Amino acid sequence: MSLTSAERGVNLVISITGDIDQHNTEELRVKIDRAFERSHCKHIIFDFSAVSFMDSSGIGLLIGRYKTASAKGGTVAIAGMTNELKRIYNISGLKKIIKSFDTLENAEDRAASKLRA
Amino acid sequence: MEITADKFDNKITITMRAKSQNESFARVAAAAFVAPYDPLLNDLTDIKTAVSEAVTNAIIHGYECNDGLVTLTFCSKDDEMLISVSDDGVGIEDIEKAREPMYTSKPEMERSGMGFTVMETFMDSVDVESAPGRGTTVIMSKKLANRAG
Ligand SMILES: Nc1ncnc2c1ncn2[C@@H]1O[C@H](COP(=O)(O)OP(=O)(O)OP(=O)(O)O)[C@@H](O)[C@H]1O
Ligand SMILES: [Mg+2]
Repeated sequence: MSLTSAERGVNLVISITGDIDQHNTEELRVKIDRAFERSHCKHIIFDFSAVSFMDSSGIGLLIGRYKTASAKGGTVAIAGMTNELKRIYNISGLKKIIKSFDTLENAEDRAASKLRA
Repeated sequence: MEITADKFDNKITITMRAKSQNESFARVAAAAFVAPYDPLLNDLTDIKTAVSEAVTNAIIHGYECNDGLVTLTFCSKDDEMLISVSDDGVGIEDIEKAREPMYTSKPEMERSGMGFTVMETFMDSVDVESAPGRGTTVIMSKKLANRAG
């Protein structure tokens, strides 16, 4: 598992590679929160195109980040999930609060336009 | 429940230390056991996810992140997979409540309480045998989808 973050205007783009499970969610949480705190971004966009697996530990992680971003008036979005990843996303109730986009570009546009609106 | 080997075509038992790094091993083992039956990618993902949920629960709830042993048993009969995950940990007092969507005894750990719901959705059946102080066994079954179908 590895994580990179990039500030792109109002969006903090977090790209994760590998599996997301209970073994690494704590490390991910610390890294994401630190990057978000240091940034001037309002929204968090997860690039999940290289995430190979996620279980309910990842759901908890995402809900937690949604709470963090909401407290700053921002949103969270996920981009590039494979069909396998979408299975857990669809049943977890996540989609009520975190939108999924096919591409990172679409997710960034949407988050930015929501801010302008 | 004792899974008797002679009722099945194949059976593999793995016992591992309750370490979170073994969660990925458990998933890979599940995938390797199912692979010869030529599963669809969806079925493979569902089984790996369900196993990951049960093993994670054994580690963080059963043993509360202390040392212990988690035993996985994989059985197959034709295209029917039976998987059990057991621990000798604290056990579950109210199984019905534990299985409710969004119920978690550890909200402070950012848990969503969706583990059992994931297992129930992704597998055909999920049975839980548990009692306080007596450990927990989760037995799950799934019939693999036919490729032609
Ligand atoms: N092996 C176990 N031993 C003891 N208690 C367990 C075990 N498995 C589950 N539980 C109890 O059942 C509850 C619900 O489990 P479930 O997997 O659905 O949610 P969770 O683990 O709390 O959160 P999530 O799986 O979404 O991270 C747990 O919070 C715990 O109290
Ligand atoms: Mg769980």
